[in-house]
Amino acid sequence: MKIKVIIACYLVLILCNKVSATTLEIALNADPVSLDPHEQLSEGTLQFSHFTFDPLLRWEKSGQFEARLATKWQRLDAHTMRFFLRKDVTFHSGNPFSAKDVIYTINRLKTSPDFRAMFNSIASASIVDKYTVDVHATSPNPLLLNIMAYVFPMDQAFYQGRDEIIKYGKTFASQNVSGTGPFVYISRELGSRMELKRNPNYWDTNSPGNVNKIILTPIRTDSTRLAALFSGDVDFIFPISPIDIERTKRTSGIHLVTIPSTRILLLHMNQNRRQEFKDVKVRKAINLAIDQSLIVEKILKGHATPAGQLSADRFLGHVHDLEPEYDLRKAQDLMKQAGYEKGFRISMMAPNNRYMNDEKVAQAVAAMLARINITVDLKTLPKAQYFQEFDNHAADIMMLGWQSDTMDSNNLFEFIVACPNNKTGLGAYNASEYCRPSLDDNIHQANREMDQEKRIILLQQIEQTLYEDAAVVPLYWQSLSWAAKNKVKIQDIVNDQNYPYLGDLFIDE
Amino acid sequence: MLIFLLRRLVQACFVMIIISVISFAIQDKLGDPVQQMVSMAVSSDEREQLREQLGLNDSFLNQYWRFAKGAIQGDLGTSYHYKEPALDVILKKLPATLELVFCAILLIIIVATPCGVLAAIKPKHPVSRLLMIISSIGLSVPIFIIAIFMVYLFSVEWNIAPSFGRGETTEILGLWDSGIFTKDGLSHLLLPSLSLAIALMPIFVRLIRAEMMDVLQSEYIRFAWSKGLSAKRIYFIHALKNTMLPVITVGGIQAGTLVAYTILTETIFQWPGMGFLFMDAVSRVDTPLVAAYLIVVGGMFVITNTVVDLIYGLVNPTVRLASHGL
Repeated sequence: MKIKVIIACYLVLILCNKVSATTLEIALNADPVSLDPHEQLSEGTLQFSHFTFDPLLRWEKSGQFEARLATKWQRLDAHTMRFFLRKDVTFHSGNPFSAKDVIYTINRLKTSPDFRAMFNSIASASIVDKYTVDVHATSPNPLLLNIMAYVFPMDQAFYQGRDEIIKYGKTFASQNVSGTGPFVYISRELGSRMELKRNPNYWDTNSPGNVNKIILTPIRTDSTRLAALFSGDVDFIFPISPIDIERTKRTSGIHLVTIPSTRILLLHMNQNRRQEFKDVKVRKAINLAIDQSLIVEKILKGHATPAGQLSADRFLGHVHDLEPEYDLRKAQDLMKQAGYEKGFRISMMAPNNRYMNDEKVAQAVAAMLARINITVDLKTLPKAQYFQEFDNHAADIMMLGWQSDTMDSNNLFEFIVACPNNKTGLGAYNASEYCRPSLDDNIHQANREMDQEKRIILLQQIEQTLYEDAAVVPLYWQSLSWAAKNKVKIQDIVNDQNYPYLGDLFIDE
Repeated sequence: MLIFLLRRLVQACFVMIIISVISFAIQDKLGDPVQQMVSMAVSSDEREQLREQLGLNDSFLNQYWRFAKGAIQGDLGTSYHYKEPALDVILKKLPATLELVFCAILLIIIVATPCGVLAAIKPKHPVSRLLMIISSIGLSVPIFIIAIFMVYLFSVEWNIAPSFGRGETTEILGLWDSGIFTKDGLSHLLLPSLSLAIALMPIFVRLIRAEMMDVLQSEYIRFAWSKGLSAKRIYFIHALKNTMLPVITVGGIQAGTLVAYTILTETIFQWPGMGFLFMDAVSRVDTPLVAAYLIVVGGMFVITNTVVDLIYGLVNPTVRLASHGL
């Protein structure tokens, strides 16, 4: 008897289930480390910023800026830019949005360890009137707008006084959110689930977005993520592993969107570790022996664009004529001329869980170098250990992927090929230890050149020099792929920086 | 008895100290936690500062001493990623893992017992032979292949069960976040617990079969037959009871294996339990959490083993003799 009662109670409990409302279930490979938009400069944090905050301006797919919390902007002089702000905006907390919030946010960015490097170039911001802000750069700055795309105004009245940024401790800002964005934070179970609901007072009434609720689940395993979409448990996923792309395309009821990104993958040849790499002929030979197109086609299943330079197509420094070159015969000749016909033995390191198929790409590179008699001792490591080794320049050839934060070529040059300098931080990821002072001059000039035409010439000159010097081996620009149910119209809201604008997402009912 | 107990406790403490040293020593090999906290653009000086603040530049002995002092007071460090005491983070995930393990054990008992008995009673029957073949295959196919295959069949092709996560949970007594009281929660439990059960089921089918066959040869069973008892009564009451004793002992040992398998199962099914937490912590180089997990799991092992030994001591006094005990 007792058992029957227990079972009956149990069944009643089970049947009392709520039916969920119209929601978007989205599965990504990572979730934001913190709710504080200034704690870590990472993809996850910036995605989250676009959900719950609004930037002053944001990138459109075309490469232009779209006005968001700033309605328009105007350059006053080489140092200063004036931003006119939207007037009808309130924060999630109910506080009205005005110029003081923008000033507060810029000042906070200048104290954030991760954003500081970028915002150091901004001297100060000042209030002109309640809805107008002037931003002053330390020097003439052609990239002011690119930097201002990282300003997601925070609610000063809500945060102030309890806004410390600590990377390894609980802070108010890491647990509470008040932004102006299309979604309001509800709850989160770190590592497994985050819930957001539509902001009923969102200022952008023209947005086609109709998502009422978002449930974000981080799923790290590629196959689990894909199965979750196929089984209908989630509506929208990122990323898709190259081997699953064909299958995803074939599956009915699901569509796939692929966009080439600007993230460059490259190899560094350390000239201080290896005498041989000091010879431009050897570096050229290595560049010629590696067949970028084959790697992209066979290993990445076309999920990338072969690269003959660092700057992607939409960057100012992109030189149209620099195509990836592959010529084995010529490479062998160059090795002979350099006196290394018999080749030599080198070490190489690459991560095995950082970039798409990174380990396989590294193996392919090793095999290709064997054809010009360079024997490669390849070691691949998980990213947590790899970047430690990278910082120590622990191997002769090292793999690196780089996404320019400012969406500009100069960021690539500064970090990857500028002469390493501990004081200025230039060349921090230059594991080639390649150094050409004239190139550094160009980089400095490009940082302050306000004339767009002249700036393009400067940047393209750098790219050309890098090619002639065969300073590094550019491999490819990785592509980004999202997949979703057909009723979820993701085509218009994804972009090459991987910040899906979910506020504008439309779902067929 | 008291001396035996004390001796076992001293031993347990000693093992725990070794576990703590090992789990602390491997931290360095996982990678750089600071690297995971900052963006690529952060300068090496700033990283160095952060490392200093976290106390990562101190000598190993210093760091261990700090850790051990806290550990004695129940503080196993603070997780870098969760920003909470590592022990709290783990205990919060414990219900999910325990429910998964509980359901898996239930499934094992429900399925393995009748199969094992059948295979013992009628060893030549085609069904028994089939069972033995299946259990051999089950023993040799890795669990993650079975799990992925089940996801493909049950959730992608047939759409019977969800492929990941824990679904809806209800809070019981404000302590236990449970998934077994909602339909959604139960459907989410199905695949992970099944694949976890499948990993251990073959061993139990084989074990029960072997033990049962042994028992069926014994005197008292023959006596029962000659007494004219019904077959049902002999098999399922008299024989099975005695079969289960060694099975339970082995089951206790296998519980450890189950914990190891939860790491795999939880990762594949995105099950928010301790195993998943551990994998996540390793890839994030959340070293305090990794160390705490190893200590908690190590502690669980030590406690079960000590309890089992103590019970043995009660049941079989010879174990208490010095020559047997240590």
